[in-house]
Amino acid sequence: MSLKLTDLVVAACMALASTANAQADAGINSPQSTLYVKSLAATCANCHGTNGVATAGSSVVSLAGLDKAYTIAQMKAFKTGTRPATVMHQLSKGYSDAQIEVLATYFAAQKK
Amino acid sequence: MSKTNASGRRAFLQSSSALALLGVAGLSGCASISGVPSKAKVVVIGGGYGGATAAKYVRLLSDYKIDVVLIEPQAAFVSCPMSNLVVSGVKQMDFLTTSYAGLSKNHGITVVKDFADSIDTAKKTVTLRGGSVMAYDKLVVSPGVDLMFDGIERLQAADLRNQVSGQIVQAWKAGAETVALRKQLEAMPDGGVFAITIPEAPYRCPPGPYERASVVAGYFKANKPKSKVLILDANPDVTSKAALFKKVWAEQYPGMVEYRGQHKAVAVDARTNTVKFDVQDDVTAAVLNVLPPMRAGAIAVKTGLNNQANSRWCGVNYLTFESTAAKDVHVLGDSIQIAPAMPKSGHMANSHGKVAASAIVAQLAGWDVNPAPMLTNTCYSFVDTKNVIHVASVHEYVAAEKTFKTVATSGGVSLEPNVLEGVYALSWASNIWADTLT
Repeated sequence: MSLKLTDLVVAACMALASTANAQADAGINSPQSTLYVKSLAATCANCHGTNGVATAGSSVVSLAGLDKAYTIAQMKAFKTGTRPATVMHQLSKGYSDAQIEVLATYFAAQKK
Repeated sequence: MSKTNASGRRAFLQSSSALALLGVAGLSGCASISGVPSKAKVVVIGGGYGGATAAKYVRLLSDYKIDVVLIEPQAAFVSCPMSNLVVSGVKQMDFLTTSYAGLSKNHGITVVKDFADSIDTAKKTVTLRGGSVMAYDKLVVSPGVDLMFDGIERLQAADLRNQVSGQIVQAWKAGAETVALRKQLEAMPDGGVFAITIPEAPYRCPPGPYERASVVAGYFKANKPKSKVLILDANPDVTSKAALFKKVWAEQYPGMVEYRGQHKAVAVDARTNTVKFDVQDDVTAAVLNVLPPMRAGAIAVKTGLNNQANSRWCGVNYLTFESTAAKDVHVLGDSIQIAPAMPKSGHMANSHGKVAASAIVAQLAGWDVNPAPMLTNTCYSFVDTKNVIHVASVHEYVAAEKTFKTVATSGGVSLEPNVLEGVYALSWASNIWADTLT
């Protein structure tokens, strides 16, 4: 059940993500699905800053404006252990590949 | 599933301007004579990690269309996380302190410096100590913990704030007592004993007492090497990062730090600086830091939101953090009855604030709330001036069980104390303070 609900949200978010640039399908890019995407992205903000903008001089990187493919690749590298980390190898495993796609899309669209 | 999706679509089509409408309604709060709005869509009680984050994220997630009032008696936010660095002399109080001005200036939140005296959940009003009454559509209650002084005999009379004998402090809410504890450690002669007692879990900040013991030992090692640190724990064993802390004490502070489990403090004698236990022998120390058991903050208890665990904590619907005792009241942070493996931490309270803010925005717009909220926790502990260890976790809402559970295979702790995590810990602090307050 929980998996299905997660999938539902991810599906909605994915649909949003895929049309984020087009802005054409208002039915999919709805305020409601935007809210869910922002809620998911907010789980990164504690350490990486609101909307992925870290504080000046932060050793924790800003996610805002990072290339989508780069973020996805880094998260996968953290998950598999090919990129060493202090904490991200543990946190990345808490997110599904679909969620990572949504997050990477969201942060790529944020202003640095 | 498709039904939910379809109804969600319909809801959207009907309410694509729902937030715009809310914005109009949200501006209805007119200022009373005292300058406190008489009505707000969302009123938040408590400007800590939970409440301040909820206030900011209701604004952000509603595209600034829902008006928010934050009620907080303190003039500025003072962080408990990192406050052990003030106790150990590495940092000063200004490092822990952030103004609430960012919330009003950057996000249009009305910050009212007052104390929420009572809540009428039927009339949906909050009465402030200053006399103002505020109506709300949604209320967030995030008062943190109250220290249960009646849990340890004579402790309150020995508390600094009561000026009776003055020397047995808690310093578990960062502020004047944090400085007082630091001064006691500075004044303590070399060869003295610093003893800290820990209540049975759950309490605020599980690794906090062990971090404090470690960084105080670091201060002693450099400045007062004949001194000792005694950890007197009501729990049978170290409750967080146990293997890492024990290794630090054995290898970095041999003969200086002593850990004693199953030591439940029941009384203190301030004249002799002695703590008494239910079974074991009394302990006298030069500096005594006694942490009593904790419960939900007073306003939550006064409102009857503390319906769990022998009236100590507040039950919530974890999907929305809405109280199971009162409608349209959302309880966050250290006051709640925790889900499995959910620590009472500042990071977690910030995470609660975002889930609640999202749910509140959805509910006020008439939408389904996010059915799959997530929470993270990352908690850094210093073991000396530079080296740090962490515990991290990711939590997902499990609808079938109506609770949060850690995502399998996620999370973990440091391999060993290291300087790099010391750098990240300080960045964590600056980023979460900004995420919560600016």
